[in-house]
This record gives sequence, C-alpha cells and structure tokens, in this order.
Amino acid sequence: MCVTCGCSGTPAQEPIGSTPPEHGTEHDHPHAGVHRHEHGHGEAHDHTHSHAHRHPDGTVHSHLHSHPHGGEHVQVHGNVHEHTRHVDGADRTTARSVALERDILEKNRLLAERNRGWLVGREIFAVNLMSSPGAGKTTLLERTVRDLKDRVTISVVEGDQETHIDAERIRSTGARVVQINTGTGCHLDARMVGRALEELCPPMSSLLFVENVGNLVCPALFDLGEGGRVVIASITEGEDKPLKYPHMFRSAELILLNKVDLLPHLPFDVDRFGAHVRQVNPGARVLPISATRGDGLGEWYRWLRVEPGSR
Amino acid sequence: MHELSITQGVIEGVCEAVPEGQVSRVTLEIGRLSGVVPDSVRFCFDVCARGTRLEGASLEIVEVPGRARCGSCKRELDVEQLLAMCPCGNPFLEVIRGQELRISSVEVT
Repeated sequence: MCVTCGCSGTPAQEPIGSTPPEHGTEHDHPHAGVHRHEHGHGEAHDHTHSHAHRHPDGTVHSHLHSHPHGGEHVQVHGNVHEHTRHVDGADRTTARSVALERDILEKNRLLAERNRGWLVGREIFAVNLMSSPGAGKTTLLERTVRDLKDRVTISVVEGDQETHIDAERIRSTGARVVQINTGTGCHLDARMVGRALEELCPPMSSLLFVENVGNLVCPALFDLGEGGRVVIASITEGEDKPLKYPHMFRSAELILLNKVDLLPHLPFDVDRFGAHVRQVNPGARVLPISATRGDGLGEWYRWLRVEPGSR
Repeated sequence: MHELSITQGVIEGVCEAVPEGQVSRVTLEIGRLSGVVPDSVRFCFDVCARGTRLEGASLEIVEVPGRARCGSCKRELDVEQLLAMCPCGNPFLEVIRGQELRISSVEVT
C-alpha cells in the first residue's frame, strides 16, 4: 500500500542497494483511479520526469519523479524502483525486496466480513457447525429444522467432500439447502459460503446453518462470516477431545455434547469433559444434548434466539 | 491439511500485492501456536507456485515462538503450546504472540 495515502494494494518497497524513495509532500488524488505522486530521493535533483502506466485493474497511474541518478528508471507499480545503471556506470540488476506484512488469511477474512455484513443487514443469524465426522451434526440439524420450522425459516449450507447425501436428508425436512462439495478440501471457506449465500438467498430474519466438513482441525482457522460458532462433540469420542484439538474448541462459543442418551452404556465423565473445555476455552458454554431423544434441545433453541429469553 | 489452503493464500496474496515481476523469494512468519505446520507449507509451496509468478521461488519460514500473559499474576511467559499453565497455577493464559500467519516480504526480479 502507498504509505502516504493508502491508495492501493501496493506495498512499501525498498530497492536493494539504494536509498528507499521517500514520498514528497505533494499528493493529490483525482477520482476515477488517476493517481499522481511527486517523489524526492533526498538528494540534489538532476532532472524531473513523469510517466504513466496502466495497472492490471485498468486504472492509470502517473508519477512525477525527481532523481539524481543518471541511469534508467523502471517503474513497475507504486513505489517499486529498479535501477539498472547507476552514476558510477555499474550494472546492478538486483532483486527488489518488497515488505508486505500481510496476513495470509486476509482475503478469507475480508470475504468473511462481507458475508457477515450481508447477514447482519438481513438480520440472519448464521451458525457455523463444526465437529468430527459422525458427531451428529446432520442429525441435530434434521431435528432442529423439524422442531423450529413453524417458527422461523431455516436455510442450510452443507459442506462435505463428496455426495449430496446430507443435503437430501436436510431437504426432506423442508429446509432450503445448498450442498458444497469441497472435493479434496477439508473445510469450508468464506468464498464458498459467499457463493452459497447467493444461491440460497435466505430471507430476512431467518436462521442459517453452515454444516462444515467433518474435521476437528482445519475449519477452526477459517472465518465464514458466521454470527455464532458451535462445536459438537459426542460422548462416543471420549473426554479428551478438547485437549487434543484445542484450536477448534478455543474457536467456539458453544460446545454441544451430543449423544448423552448413551451415557448409561459408556464410561464417559461429563464433568471431566467440561473441565477440559474450560482449560482450553474458559468462556465457552457446554450444553449436553441428545439430538435423537431431545435432551437439552430447549436450551439449544434458546441459544439460537428462536425462543424468548435467549443468549 | 489446511496448509494447502494456507499456501494457496500465500500465492494469491503475493500475486495481488506485487502485480508484476518474477518472485524469487518469499518470507513468511508462522507462529508456533498458529495451528499451521511449517513443513506442510513447504511441502505444498512448490506445487501451489507452479504456473504462477512464484514458480521456482525459494521459501523462508520464520517461526515465531509463543508468548502468553497470565491473567492472574500478570506475568508474561514463553509457551510451547496453546495449552500451557502459569507457574502460579493458572491454566488460562492469554496468548500474546505465536499465532502469526503473515507474508513478511518477497523478493522480485
């Protein structure tokens, strides 16, 4: 980005083996993408010239340059400077070091914020449901849609590597659903969800579930623009999952502990599981449920803000 | 294997920020508490760079050690993993460093 005005995605850059260019004080921005700078290199100025070039996005960028060098001057973009010949006549065609300091997940974050803005503007509460495969995400969704469909419109984005099996299960409950098959991908990202939103176009003041790919590792890192993050663990998985997958359990605000109807048959200590969750994420709430028998679902629906006295 | 997406994010991020020129070197900062495995990113990098202006570029990864602050006794300490306990007995530490996922710089020829 231009360090003076933040005018584009162009990074601050520094040619190796020469003084970094400094922005001068003159800096004006006519609209429609035309862009004008005056640069000073901090030394006596032998000559001044201006040149314009076109960016990949079609905007034209014109620079007024003053510099003391006798050599050629190649302007790549913004303030990237490549000096192939210097006053001493030596050729110094070198790599330019470009400082970026850019977040790797920036693009996903921006797309996620766009999704979030769109959802909030339409008063849609979006829930990112994450779990390992087989914890009961789809079963919980089927039950949730059946129980709530008379009170709120529910849309579902189904993420799986392959097949439309889950989408068909959800569709049979009467909810609107879009299936995303990630192929080899192990998680949903904000771009996929953005496309699904365009297709689904969920109505105002509705509820949206994003059923992420069954995986306790990768989905934790990718913001989708959701309003709430929920991890479903099940008692068949063991009490130690929060400690083994801390990134996932740390990223959620609600942990649903599913399949509690099986507690009489399995050596699972609910309190111990709760302690492990608190160790990883002291602020998370743990809610024991059974998607098949119905335990805890009233609380779940309150958390979803469908019933009065919610979160 | 979210490192594949992470690496694709690196390639896209660099191509966007540096719209011209061949990239010969990429330096990343990956925090030890970020949940991203540097070796996996190295493994993916050459494959993801193929056919882009980063093809053939060398990859340098600077691993950022973890640092956390104890909410109870207020001390700061180095941590090796996300789940760490303060010597004062408090297991709830606030991570203040080590979750970085950043493209620090590139070299363009």
